[in-house]
Amino acid sequence: MAHDTVLAAGFADPARDAARAFRLCLNAMARPGTLQDVAPIAAPAPLSAAAATVLLTLADSTTPLFIGTSHDTPEVRAWIAFHTGAPLVDRAQAVFAVGSWAALGPTEAFAQGTAEYPDRSTTLIVERSALTPANARLTGPGIQHAHELRLPDPAAFQANAALFPLGVDFYFTAGTQLAALPRTTKVEAL
Amino acid sequence: MYVATKGGERAIDAAHQWLAEERRGDPAIPELSVDQIREQMTLAVNRVMAEGSLYDPDLAGLAIKQARGDLIEAVFLLRAYRTTLPRFGASEPVDTGEMRITRRISATFKDAPGGQILGPTFDYTHRLLDFKLMAEGETPTAQQKPSDPVDAPHILSLLDRDGLMEPLEQTDATPADLTREPMSMPADRPLRLQALARGDEGFVLSMAYSTQRGYGRTHAFVGELRIGTCDVEMFVPELGFAIEIGEIELTECETVNQFTGSKTQPPQFTRGYGLVMGQSERKAISVSLVDRALRWDELGEDNVGAPAQDTEFVLYHCDNIQATGFLEHIKLPHYVDFQSELELIRKIRRAAETPMQEAAE
Amino acid sequence: MTDQAYNFAYLDEATKRMIRRALLKGLAIPGYQVPFASREMPMPYGWGTGGVQVTAACLTPEDTLKVIDQGADDTTNAVSIRKFFERTADVATTEATAEATVIQTRHRIPEVPLTEGQILVYQVPIPEPLRFLEPRESETRKMHALSEYGLMHVKLYEDIARHGAIATSYAYPVQVEGHYVMDPSPIPKFDNPKLGDNAAIQLFGAGREQRIYALPPYTRVVSLDFEDHPFEPTKADHSCDLCGAGDTYLDEVITDDQGSRMFVCSDTNYCVTRQAEAEAGAAQ
Repeated sequence: MAHDTVLAAGFADPARDAARAFRLCLNAMARPGTLQDVAPIAAPAPLSAAAATVLLTLADSTTPLFIGTSHDTPEVRAWIAFHTGAPLVDRAQAVFAVGSWAALGPTEAFAQGTAEYPDRSTTLIVERSALTPANARLTGPGIQHAHELRLPDPAAFQANAALFPLGVDFYFTAGTQLAALPRTTKVEAL
Repeated sequence: MYVATKGGERAIDAAHQWLAEERRGDPAIPELSVDQIREQMTLAVNRVMAEGSLYDPDLAGLAIKQARGDLIEAVFLLRAYRTTLPRFGASEPVDTGEMRITRRISATFKDAPGGQILGPTFDYTHRLLDFKLMAEGETPTAQQKPSDPVDAPHILSLLDRDGLMEPLEQTDATPADLTREPMSMPADRPLRLQALARGDEGFVLSMAYSTQRGYGRTHAFVGELRIGTCDVEMFVPELGFAIEIGEIELTECETVNQFTGSKTQPPQFTRGYGLVMGQSERKAISVSLVDRALRWDELGEDNVGAPAQDTEFVLYHCDNIQATGFLEHIKLPHYVDFQSELELIRKIRRAAETPMQEAAE
Repeated sequence: MTDQAYNFAYLDEATKRMIRRALLKGLAIPGYQVPFASREMPMPYGWGTGGVQVTAACLTPEDTLKVIDQGADDTTNAVSIRKFFERTADVATTEATAEATVIQTRHRIPEVPLTEGQILVYQVPIPEPLRFLEPRESETRKMHALSEYGLMHVKLYEDIARHGAIATSYAYPVQVEGHYVMDPSPIPKFDNPKLGDNAAIQLFGAGREQRIYALPPYTRVVSLDFEDHPFEPTKADHSCDLCGAGDTYLDEVITDDQGSRMFVCSDTNYCVTRQAEAEAGAAQ
């Protein structure tokens, strides 16, 4: 195992780097579809720097995590255990999930929140090969006119948005690029 | 010519200097040490530790000194400090049955295994000011008698054996942590007991008192009140066993309350429970009464609308740090909101006056 | 200088992560109150602990922070909070609204329109808009779940029946994206129109009540009203006696015991800037 990748990587200055990374996560979620560039960090393949940054920023021992088969390697597990301590769980128990779109599977399998607590739903970190060129037009809160993004399956996001205020929320990651799609965003295929 | 007030920063600095001077008082009088507070204001220290949720007599003493004896302010200092402490883990459950007892009384049995121990209590003092204490240099000593450690099982467990007490639910579940998770309703009993244990002594006392006066009466007897020290142990994974990391003083109260029963179940007494850090028996008894009152639902009793039966009301209002903060915040400027109220009331009055004038003309 | 005894921006990292997760869910469900495990802060509950925790979770070393209370930078509590972050996060501070990247506020939205690079953090005392109609959290949570806001409309309508007008002048309830009814914090209703379609991110923190909520930029926010009694943002019927502005929210200042009054901008930075511009213009 690439021991160095597991132990050495992470935020060099944890408090300040996490603050900077969170600002990107916040901007991404507040402005759906906009692309944010994270600072490069070493993470074990196939985990992208952007996905690793989201996990370092938000996951810890209190946030059960589902790893899709695409990313379920000993190196990724060891890195997550060392840097976040997040317990690994099945889809339904997950606060966060990471993997390719195919490996994460239908989003209905994840927690959708409840009518009284719609926040109790999973945030999916979907690893992508690229976030462009766009195939979907996004409108809704956070978007002045319209944003565009490359989505794996626009119809799935329409179904998710129809569940509002329930539903899951998404980060899309590719290399050092990051974008988000909350349940409020209306998606039209381009 | 009016200019908008400036100088908030200078005012704050000056206020803090003045405060420090007032705290010290007359410099001709020797300064109070934290050791003195810890040793001679023990019950104040205990209250600050209990409501501050931090067992540290030295820091509680410091907080009392810094707060000029304002105990709620001292609790606040301790709470704010507590939040910044890293968490290394949780101790093993403390076994109060193994307590090294300094005081133990039962109001339900004249005697019980382990005996009644009156201990250091105000109970039978005559409340006459002791002017001798105004003179300095007095160090009273109590008579001592060697004693063997006594085996003092919980008195209610003796009733348990006869099936007269409602059984205790044994669980290994990790209780919720009030200080790490937002309070949510319905709150289970461990959460309620946590909130009450750190709740304001005056508030919990008044709630308990209200049940005695008939607002959700529960017919409480003090089955046992015990005060003493307990070992705190922590499991160390590297060692594979638990080691003792210290000891804390606790006050525990178990009440025996009115019985319940049904056609299918013979009647049994019910329980109330209170556990508080330090020697805080007024608080522990109060907690156990309020605990019992809040259990009306699970015991199939009627909600008579008593304040002490209302979990939301009790839990959301028992914390004196939350209460005093919000209460005192109305000292902060509110002139923006007040101005909007002024505009509104003037507008409504204008509108009301116009038709009146028209009618008069 | 950062105080080395404490972590960057005071809070420990686990606490910041917990708050950050709540903020993101808040943005994903605009207007919904996300419960969070508010910590005891070194300032009292009710004095901005929610806003302070949100700001602490958001600040980066590169930020420029502005703190206002009642629209003013120099009110004592604003000074106190600004000093807290100067000490614990070593961030740059400013009084100029346009220069700030993070603005923590109590009771006002600045007069200058906010921009896309800015975050506005509100201190919230009672986040539940239904609280004074129904004190029980267990009940209000159900009402939000069912979008059952009839009680609120009844209250507003009773106001009209009794006073001829809606008798709420601050903390005037709004509905977000046609769904959650939200308390905008005790801002005067004059500020309500700035809540919607704002370019900045708006975050709301209620420390004692353990709730966080949010408005993403360009969110649809509507002040509750009736067709025959439309919502009206109001202010004192004067211009500012210092800068002459006729479109700002005004404080009323009593200047003697004969009933003399002055009206001055509550947003002190806006007012001072306008006065300086007027002076510069006159000098030319």
